[in-house]
Amino acid sequence: MSVATTSKLKNLPKSAARTPAAHLPGELGMWGFILADMSVFALFFLFFLGYQGAEREVFLAGQQTLNVHIGAFNTIVLLFSSWFVALAVGLLRTQPAQRQRAANFIALAGLCGVLFGALKTFEYWQKIDAGLTLTTDHFYMYYYAFTGMHFVHVIVGVALLGVAWFHLRGTKPTSMLLVENTAIYWHMVDLLWIVLFPLIYLAR
Amino acid sequence: MNSLLRSNVTVVWLVLIAVTAVSWWFGMGPWENQPDHWPTATSLMLVLAFIKVHLVMRYFMEVRTAPVLLKRICDVWVIAVCAAVLAMYWR
Repeated sequence: MSVATTSKLKNLPKSAARTPAAHLPGELGMWGFILADMSVFALFFLFFLGYQGAEREVFLAGQQTLNVHIGAFNTIVLLFSSWFVALAVGLLRTQPAQRQRAANFIALAGLCGVLFGALKTFEYWQKIDAGLTLTTDHFYMYYYAFTGMHFVHVIVGVALLGVAWFHLRGTKPTSMLLVENTAIYWHMVDLLWIVLFPLIYLAR
Repeated sequence: MNSLLRSNVTVVWLVLIAVTAVSWWFGMGPWENQPDHWPTATSLMLVLAFIKVHLVMRYFMEVRTAPVLLKRICDVWVIAVCAAVLAMYWR
């Protein structure tokens, strides 16, 4: 480091010299959408607890028919997928030439999304087969409505991961914004399930 | 590549997995026949879930290094929604 640079740094406040410039990952519009979407889900959480308080017996009985192990395993699956996405973003930022490896991480995250969807479909099928449907009671109505809304987000997320993977596999330069937008959307999908799982499967 | 696997993101991911395992254990029903403990166990699980949400936002969504306004909005969201959820549960 030159003497001039050192003296320039010395003149800065300590915090400014240590803190790297802030970086907004993804686009502002994407963050607006994500914060609005998360707030709609926050209302769903409150709605669910409101009905749970009013119909405790119905909700307890309904909850006992759920498969906690599938719910918990799916939480782990989404955590794996989020980790893969975070590794892909970190790799592209520090070693942009490693786009093939980043594409592999994105593919692994997408496969986790598909596994989540397959397990959720199996769970729905088991319930419907046992005669537990949307019209069974309020517990099942909200179970299908809220986990179904989340499932739609998983499908959109897997499609976005597919687009990012396709771009990273190609030879044309890939926009970091595209990968970052996909990443923050996918992390939101994980984050919403992190609350939905204990709320629907475990809260008593 | 190895440095990436040893990064903050991986440490946070391991913490998230460990906390999920605790919730899973709660779900196995250690207090199945003790309804008096349910409200405490449920509240603890919900608080743990929002701590996980905070970690996902900060480290996976990179809010930690984002502009201050986004950091504050995310902090307020987590605290407000966690408080509202607990208030709705205990009402």
